[in-house]
Amino acid sequence: MTGRMVNISKRWGFHGVEALKNASPLYKLAMAMFATLALAGAAVGLHGLFVGYHHVYGVTKQIPWGLLISTYIFCVVTSTGLCIISSIGHVFGGEAFMPIAKRAVFMSIMFMLGGFCIIFFDIENPFRMAIWNVISPNFSSNMWWMGTLYGAYLVFMVIEYYFLLEQNHTLSRLMGFFGLVVGIAAHSNLGGIFGMLHGRPFWYGPYLPIYFIFSAAMSGGCAILFFTTLGWKINPEIMNQRMERAVKAVTQVTIFLISVIIFFTIWKIVTGMVSEGKHLIIMSFLTGDYAINFWVFEIFLGMFLPLYLLIRSRGNNFNLIMTATGLMMIGIFFMRYDIVIPGQMESVYHSLGVVEAAELLKYVPSFHEIMASIFGISFIGFIYLAGEKMLNGHQLEKHEIVPEGGYICPGCGAIHFMEEGESEEEAMKRHHRIW
Amino acid sequence: MKFPKLSLDSLKNEGTESVTSHERRNFMKLGLAITGVYAGGKILSLSSLVGTANASEGGAEIVKKYPYNPHYSMVIRQSLCIDCEKCVEACNKTNNVPEYGYRTRILTKRYSGALDKQVEFIPVLCNHCNDAPCVRACPTVATFKDPITGIVRMDSKRCIGCKTCMLACPYDARYFSAERHAIDKCDFCWEERLSKGEKLTACSASCPTGARTFGNLTDPENIVYKLVHQLEEQVWVLRPADDTKPNIFYMKGNMLSVDNILKEQKFKYYDPTKV
Repeated sequence: MTGRMVNISKRWGFHGVEALKNASPLYKLAMAMFATLALAGAAVGLHGLFVGYHHVYGVTKQIPWGLLISTYIFCVVTSTGLCIISSIGHVFGGEAFMPIAKRAVFMSIMFMLGGFCIIFFDIENPFRMAIWNVISPNFSSNMWWMGTLYGAYLVFMVIEYYFLLEQNHTLSRLMGFFGLVVGIAAHSNLGGIFGMLHGRPFWYGPYLPIYFIFSAAMSGGCAILFFTTLGWKINPEIMNQRMERAVKAVTQVTIFLISVIIFFTIWKIVTGMVSEGKHLIIMSFLTGDYAINFWVFEIFLGMFLPLYLLIRSRGNNFNLIMTATGLMMIGIFFMRYDIVIPGQMESVYHSLGVVEAAELLKYVPSFHEIMASIFGISFIGFIYLAGEKMLNGHQLEKHEIVPEGGYICPGCGAIHFMEEGESEEEAMKRHHRIW
Repeated sequence: MKFPKLSLDSLKNEGTESVTSHERRNFMKLGLAITGVYAGGKILSLSSLVGTANASEGGAEIVKKYPYNPHYSMVIRQSLCIDCEKCVEACNKTNNVPEYGYRTRILTKRYSGALDKQVEFIPVLCNHCNDAPCVRACPTVATFKDPITGIVRMDSKRCIGCKTCMLACPYDARYFSAERHAIDKCDFCWEERLSKGEKLTACSASCPTGARTFGNLTDPENIVYKLVHQLEEQVWVLRPADDTKPNIFYMKGNMLSVDNILKEQKFKYYDPTKV
């Protein structure tokens, strides 16, 4: 695509460490807090690595996947979602979505790295993985595909981001397309890891791979809105009308995706009620140990409250959008937790009717697990804050693709199209005559 | 519409009185074998092959068709288990199992309202499934089916510790061993006993009642073969719906018919020294 670039800053829009120095004390304090938490988390995680995870983690023989896996999934779901939603614009040419691309791709990479930070402390022998995944692959293993596809995904996203910075939109679009394809493959495969464990009825089946894709898109919309509105709080001057239009478009898509996920959740519960293998777990969601997780966090904070607030915001009220999506991020975190832990709660011998497996198994995250999760999350928080300053709020104007025949309106900042024989001024008048 | 007259129609009904009890029994066996109610059918490792063979009395046919030789297998005669846990002790000792893990354990099932017994003990261990979900799930082929014996074994140095196999296993037979830096599981004592020439696993050798009988499913002279290839007493596997084709078979094991099978061994309860 040929186009016209509006170049208003240095090549990559990189403001360097200077921008950090000029930040307000509160901003520096927030960054210091995230940095400290990340370092503390890493230290506690390394302590666990050296003394042996089975001494310090809350996971058991029967619930081997705990908080770390659910936080990892939270991170990679958000990463894939950021890629999916942003690709509507810069891969498929949905013009309204274009301004969000750069920040979304940046955060997508950071969420992926945050996820890797967390899973590093869950895999017992992470160093062996690098060797044996390559020289002894098992192609029928979803776990192998997860490592491979997410690795490829990360590579594509990094290359794409480089081309976005370089303003090489042809190649960034191509890489974005590959990244999207590999990302969706990786992500549905992540659902497949659970969906192919046929000894676990709560997970087994095609539901999770499909759910993961839609759920990722929802998380991605939520994350874009949250980080964009927060970025607007940090650098208020960068929000122009094009960005406002993009926020509005993403809000609409997110509202739609929340509705989709509401239906997914309803049918998960309803079908689970009549299934022998799922009934106990579903009842623990509805009335048991997981009722608060489910009703308060997953349903209220994760779906209904943001749905209501986003509709109320009309895509214009940024403070409301930020509140809604911030709460939604917390809700989504619990949504992931409610997939990973409950699937293991019912012992495989429950159906045998033995005394040992009569009750649902219990899991409580330990201090080490919480800190290792905080490591990844704080890393993302720190990088986000640093990125907002150093990359100048992901400088919108520079990476936009302006289609042929279009131009950026000096009045409103949106892309306008000129008709045959029309001058820019005439086109602007035509576009703005209603206002 | 006019139906053609068949010569069969004119035959006189002989009635069921003339059918001998032997014929009747054969007919029943055939039916049971085909529908898989007894030892035949999908509960067995090789699906309906065993049942078909029983109906046609062709034991030798099956031997060829078990995928491994020796095809190691265990028959657990549930009624004989007294929960003495000698098997668990012997296993832990032989295989250096740490206290936080187990390779085998004994589950307790309580009954209320039954006249003859109130409790039953069910020993469980790795089922060495022919279609093992753990082997499929492992990203680095650290766990694999031994191509000769069919034992699901571990290559500890390849294990990355992702713990997917622990969740893939429908028998809860795996744990992460910090000492080995890998997942550990029952290997039918391959490392510690079988590969060194022993004939039995530590658990079956230490079982005082003969509840655990270990052997080679491809050898028609072997006790495991005999217990699995009989129709009188029901043989089942745990979690058959998962269709993993497990190699641990369960039966009550206290009926006269089983005693008759064991008569060649000249004792009621299985003597581990005689295989």
